[in-house]
Amino acid sequence: MNSFLFDALARIVGSRWVKHRRGELATYSMDGLPTHEAIPGVVVMPGSPHEVRELVRLLHLIQVPFVARGAGTGLSGGALAEEDAVLITLTRLNRILRVDGVRRRASVEPGVVNARLSEAVAPLGLQYVPDPSSQAACTIGGNVAENAGGPHCLKYGVTTNHIVSLEVVLPDGSVTRLGSEQGEPWGPDLVGLFVGSEGMFGIATEITVRLEQMPESVRTMLADFTTVRAASEAVSSIISAGIVPAALEMMDQACVAAVEASIYAAGYPTDAAAVLLVELDGQSEAVGGEAQTVENILLESGARAVRSASALGDRARLWQGRKKAFGAMGRIAPDLAVQDAVVPRSALPGIMDRIEEIRKQYRLTISNVFHAGDGNLHPNISFDRRDPATAARVQLACRDIMAACVAAGGSITGEHGVGSDKLDYMPWIFDAETLGAMRAVRRVFDPAERANPGKVVPVHACREWHAVKSARA
Amino acid sequence: MACSEERPRLSNAIFTRLRALLGTSGVDRDARGLARANPDTSDALSLVCRLAHEEGWKIRVEGRGTWLPPDAPADLVVSTLALEQIVSVSPADLVATVQAGASLEALRRRLADYGMWLAVDPPGRPERSIGSVIATATAGPLRHGFGPVRDHVLGCTVATGDGRLVNAGGRVVKNVAGYDLTKLQVGGFGGFGIIADVHLRLRALPRADVTLVARGPRDVLTSAARDLVSVHLLPSALELLSPALAAESEWVLAARFLGTDAAVQADVRRLGSFGDQKWQPLPADRTAAFWSVAARGSLGGPITLRLGVLGDGVDETIDLLSHDLDEGLISAGAGLGMIRWTGDAPIEQLRSLRRAAAAREIPMTLERAPWPVRRALGHFGAYREGVGQLVGRLRDTFDPGQCLTVALEGADNA
Repeated sequence: MNSFLFDALARIVGSRWVKHRRGELATYSMDGLPTHEAIPGVVVMPGSPHEVRELVRLLHLIQVPFVARGAGTGLSGGALAEEDAVLITLTRLNRILRVDGVRRRASVEPGVVNARLSEAVAPLGLQYVPDPSSQAACTIGGNVAENAGGPHCLKYGVTTNHIVSLEVVLPDGSVTRLGSEQGEPWGPDLVGLFVGSEGMFGIATEITVRLEQMPESVRTMLADFTTVRAASEAVSSIISAGIVPAALEMMDQACVAAVEASIYAAGYPTDAAAVLLVELDGQSEAVGGEAQTVENILLESGARAVRSASALGDRARLWQGRKKAFGAMGRIAPDLAVQDAVVPRSALPGIMDRIEEIRKQYRLTISNVFHAGDGNLHPNISFDRRDPATAARVQLACRDIMAACVAAGGSITGEHGVGSDKLDYMPWIFDAETLGAMRAVRRVFDPAERANPGKVVPVHACREWHAVKSARA
Repeated sequence: MACSEERPRLSNAIFTRLRALLGTSGVDRDARGLARANPDTSDALSLVCRLAHEEGWKIRVEGRGTWLPPDAPADLVVSTLALEQIVSVSPADLVATVQAGASLEALRRRLADYGMWLAVDPPGRPERSIGSVIATATAGPLRHGFGPVRDHVLGCTVATGDGRLVNAGGRVVKNVAGYDLTKLQVGGFGGFGIIADVHLRLRALPRADVTLVARGPRDVLTSAARDLVSVHLLPSALELLSPALAAESEWVLAARFLGTDAAVQADVRRLGSFGDQKWQPLPADRTAAFWSVAARGSLGGPITLRLGVLGDGVDETIDLLSHDLDEGLISAGAGLGMIRWTGDAPIEQLRSLRRAAAAREIPMTLERAPWPVRRALGHFGAYREGVGQLVGRLRDTFDPGQCLTVALEGADNA
């Protein structure tokens, strides 16, 4: 990176918003995953969609790679830039542009914080449903890039189910609008293709989302089990009964212990092998009836006790331990590797046993808190990365957990993305042809592969798809 | 474009080549004498596509022949009829893997044995193939409660126009590994490859299934539907049917509630006490027939199109349809939008309607029409600025030899 580039960037955004000193850059050397680190060449912070377009055009002209970044809460090393790349931080683009309560739509800039959007539409009786655990900090733009999930995605779907239209700046600096406010794709479903592309197809500068009506009634239930297997089986029984809870979360004993030893203590029984949180929502009478059914299922599955709450404050207390679990784990060790994988629901009991074996094998502390309803695991490894031997064992354990999930018919990521972290695992679930297809699609949007280079698709494992000059256009 | 009707000798040569590839039972001829490949595995499908690509043959893809007319000009037909296996059903995970040529009805029966269902009720006949429903993204009234077709597809295997096999997505209900290539195939009308098999997200069969109907003037019903959406009622479908489609003398608004007994009973009670509308419950033995008539009604004319609108635009858009075409056979998601029209109209009138819709920011997708209409107008017509270039490059990627005879844009916009 040279001063010519710094000056050119500063001419677009103002020198105040260009960071290139070593100390400044260090802030951006990681995301939420402490196992990956990279220092970007320069950080630039545009304040408007126009500035984003001008930046991307400039970088196209001089053929410099770039990485878009939101709040940096990602958990796959996806928003890291190497020193030959420009990191474009989008947190200044934080305006909620439009809210239409009647049509249940909101248009936002990418830097709007997830929770802020829900707060803004709450007075209208509406909510933006995808609720990653980092929702107090993560941005809608980052959610779009990663196709983020959250506890309430079991019933309502993940980010891709809530995005109807996008204005995007392609890596050549051109601007296009994908989708329609109505949710009907205007042509092939390019919104669906763009969401979850991890910043490699371009930068979304305006995001139109679908809002949902707040439920009339909500019931949260907490059940504790003496075995993880019994809790896992209860999960399957609830779904098989035709009930789709708004959320269905599990915490294992290690996680409960961490929570209860912290300031976030929620009164969870520390002797339980697993705790299930079940949330039902909908029409009040219906919720009441379904709650009874769920309670019966929980007890028949071996729950020792079921606590239930309807009032907001009471429900918040039941949720507190779950919501603050990651914070509570901060007490255990300086670093936390939050992992993410998916298995078919029926494989939950077996995979939990396997994770326990891996924990013992590598002599690590692993706490499990996860979205049990959709089989989305989060084994969290507490460690100190200053100890290279432990850090190496963490990597090996993560690899073994991924291998076990893939062997069970699952996937290497349910909501955190591939980023840098899971690049090596991609050939485990996709053959060379399919990886080649992904790379070819990426080249449709970004022929020079300058947007977030080196992520998601392991280029060495791809079968080559030759770029074809269009005879149709 | 080469067309075998003008090239009988080529057709014979193709037939011979395909027979060498697939065996005698894997090839026959369609009603017009065109060579038809019937691959029964994704590998065989891929080989057929590769051969066509190398020889420069044009392919027409056919499912069970109940939705899109089999009339696109081509050198050979690739049928998914032999890809009819329901490969696996996992009741505990609520996931099934199904070959593209399997019929909706066969799948429905098989899943019912396990107490499960696919919450999709597309227009057309129950014999429609799964591949057709997914490739055209034709969701029915249940879109209101269970989302569009894309929400039910976890992954798919696709043979590209040059015979590559791509395995998009996976078999788990939550998955963000790699780019979401499945989305390109759902509603891609086969322009990005031929779907060989799909992984589907299922649901437990609802314990209760109750439909109530209200009849009256259209504007009264659409207004009632909008009011219903704003209260805490959760119908799985809230569909407005034109008199012709419902085979009644008035417009019909139908609310369908699916779920547990407790939830459905609560919703039905509340519906009865809400507003001035008189709701009549359909007898249980008539519910399936009612929705089946509505679905089949979309075959009552040669052309079906859908317009993407929101609930507050339904009335105005039906006015537009009535003005530019005719009232015809209309099914509209009265709560959250999406209008489907079936009828007949000259190309120029459809073109004019699409322009008028575009001016109102309403996308119009041609779901079904004879080839001359598809060729002229395209399924999608003109794209927004910048999108056409992306779609063109995507098609070049997935069909570099332009073997797949699919009119996404249409001659108007080529």
